[in-house]
Amino acid sequence: MDNKGKSDIKIKQGAYQYFKENMGIIIAFIVLFGFLALNPITMHAFLTSQNMFNVLRQISTNMYLACAMTMVIILGGIDLSVGSIIALSGCVAAACVVRHGMSIPVSLIMGIFVGLLFGMINGFIIAKTTIPAFIVTLATMDIARGFAYVYTGGSPVRVVSKAWQFIGAGYIGRIPVPVIIMIVLLIITALIMNNTRPGRHIYAVGGNVTAAVFSGISVKKIKFQVYAYSGLMAGIAGVVLASRMYSGQPTAGNGAEMDAIAAVVVGGTSMAGGSGKIGGTIIGALIIGFLNNGLNLMNVNSFWQYVVKGVVILLAVFLDFVRNNKK
Amino acid sequence: MNETILLKMKNIHKRFPGVNALDNVDFELHAGEIHALLGENGAGKSTLIKILGGIYRADDGDIYINGEKKEINNVFSAQENGIAIIHQELVLVPHMTVAENIYLGREPMKGKFIDREMMNSETEKLLKTYSMCFTPQTLIVNLTIAQQQMVEIVKAVSSNSKILVMDEPTSSISDKEVNFLFSIMKTLTAKKVGIIYISHKMSELWQICDRVTVLRDGRLVGTECVNNITKDNLISMMVGRKLEQYYTREFQSGGKTVLRAEHLCDGEMVKDVSFELHEGEILGFAGLIGAGRSEAMQCIFGLKKKYTGSIWIKGEAVHFTSPVDAVKKGLALVPEDRKLEGLYHIQSVKYNATIEVLKEFIKGIYLNKKTETDIADKYVSMMNTKTPSLNQPVSHLSGGNQQKVMISRWLATNPSILILDEPTRGVDVGAKAEIYSIMNYLAKQGIAIIMISSELPEIINMSDKVCVMANGTVKECLPHNKVSQEAIMKFAAE
Repeated sequence: MDNKGKSDIKIKQGAYQYFKENMGIIIAFIVLFGFLALNPITMHAFLTSQNMFNVLRQISTNMYLACAMTMVIILGGIDLSVGSIIALSGCVAAACVVRHGMSIPVSLIMGIFVGLLFGMINGFIIAKTTIPAFIVTLATMDIARGFAYVYTGGSPVRVVSKAWQFIGAGYIGRIPVPVIIMIVLLIITALIMNNTRPGRHIYAVGGNVTAAVFSGISVKKIKFQVYAYSGLMAGIAGVVLASRMYSGQPTAGNGAEMDAIAAVVVGGTSMAGGSGKIGGTIIGALIIGFLNNGLNLMNVNSFWQYVVKGVVILLAVFLDFVRNNKK
Repeated sequence: MNETILLKMKNIHKRFPGVNALDNVDFELHAGEIHALLGENGAGKSTLIKILGGIYRADDGDIYINGEKKEINNVFSAQENGIAIIHQELVLVPHMTVAENIYLGREPMKGKFIDREMMNSETEKLLKTYSMCFTPQTLIVNLTIAQQQMVEIVKAVSSNSKILVMDEPTSSISDKEVNFLFSIMKTLTAKKVGIIYISHKMSELWQICDRVTVLRDGRLVGTECVNNITKDNLISMMVGRKLEQYYTREFQSGGKTVLRAEHLCDGEMVKDVSFELHEGEILGFAGLIGAGRSEAMQCIFGLKKKYTGSIWIKGEAVHFTSPVDAVKKGLALVPEDRKLEGLYHIQSVKYNATIEVLKEFIKGIYLNKKTETDIADKYVSMMNTKTPSLNQPVSHLSGGNQQKVMISRWLATNPSILILDEPTRGVDVGAKAEIYSIMNYLAKQGIAIIMISSELPEIINMSDKVCVMANGTVKECLPHNKVSQEAIMKFAAE
């Protein structure tokens, strides 16, 4: 059939189309990067490998969260609890070392497990009931934060072991460990989303939940898995952050959920669910990371940095809105 | 009966791309009259009503109200002219009170504030007039469907509507409520309100209506007084059309029994459904909307959690509670409402066509893109789907091509039993013919097909056997040589 030959050509055109769809944020990133690289105020400090790795390390925990948040938002949900889970996981891991004398790997696993557990609780409630994810995770956000304060008595749990700092502040070669973890998690997430059946099902559930039921997709199972994954990522972010700060801190990760959501949304994922790519989220997180870096290098007042960040997020989604309206 | 002509629609034309929805239709409504509007699905009833209600504009033709020529350009001008339409789906605000709903958008004011006392007392008067048993302060959510309809009616009358259109008001309410509704309609006609009444329940016509207008294929067949006409006359007025040539069915007697259902009941729409399906057979399911056909199939496909009755597939007793299990046993269901229940709109044709067979090209994290494309291409081109590419978002295709993608999705699962719920709804004539010829081909391959359809010509010309359902039960199973539109309507309208 001559249809066949045609469709092969069209697939290649599809790759171009994918690039075209993400063009907006790619250009935005290049412009930002170029500005920082060419601006006389920032150029010397900016284009050093040390600064590059610094930025990557700074965005790494946000990227862990944003990986899972991309899935959550494509599913048509939201997870507000991840910031608080960071605090609780970090505190639990630190306390396991300091108070209970556990070995560091076991302690880290305990911390990550707490994150996973909270994710599973979120997923269980959201899958089994019709309570909106916003409400469920708003509640578990408070619960996790509260537990972190109760467990630590409100003060940081310090860990004074060199080995503890490895995953958060260590290097393998010249590359910071958190960055390596970030790359591994990005690959895993991309594989799950693009190459597995549950990955496809996330798009189906987020795109049209009734159709997913008629397709025989287990909507509850998918929801449970995605929120559990989100908890797991928050757990990892929590222990990495605790390692970098030499302590489990009950105030850690405050507002981290919003940074993750911002990265996802700037990356072009629709809050309505059903569409989005991890590739977009990566660029979204990079834009936010380099923006913070650039503002610091330019010595912009940190109060003003909030304003600028907000404006950039609004601008990014506004451009998206204009482009979608044209279609 | 007063003979003042309240509404006159003259030479109404309305064309949609590819269809003449209304062709030179005249319609007349007297004051104080209940005038039934009859016709099959697609006959043009709803188009005519939408023109009257200002949702569509007629391409040609005039509307006179009380003898005066009026332009009805939008919903607002329809309301201005005293036209109120009570849709099948009610449009009340659920968490507001009865009074607030009735006065929505035209609240009585006392200075800058809403005059609640006056609103409630006025509503109370209205409710009393029609002997309603709820208060103005009741929230809409706490009312039954029938009571909500009453609120719609009161709302329409309170804004001095003289022309009331009721679109299948009795389709979802009980007999007792129907009688109450009829008594209210009588009260309204005594006040010179004209009512246009759309219903599929023919027996109601002689109970309540004065005249009846029949439409068919967008044309006016005739207007008669109900007392001068019999049910048989009406049926032949409704269905008396020539059958199109595009049915390419080679009828065959089926082979072995592949599916047997006995006494299916879901406690709601499905009351007692039993039938048998054979290899290579197309079994048509005819009936009116709300007869429980789709719901019965949803039981079989595992989409209903709770149902009673027995199902055998190839001799094996099954009781699916999830479509996953049904698919494993070779069942496939192409749902009635492809927009709501079928398509992932923003996703590509390829994604939509392969979502059921991910196992065949995704093993763990290994994705074989070539197999994926091959599968999508095979079934999409087998259905002769017209799409610029497999990566085209499915929402950009026409209705017919979307339906073909839906059928491709399920053909890819190699089903032995294929359930098609309204396979040609919203599909243009060319695509229809293609879907019919695919169905014929599949049946010849030995696939057993169940086709639910509200289009009688399609049921008659495609089915080896026809099960006619009404009120949640299979009334009659007609073999191909005994099927006629009249026979089906007789059992369906019972």
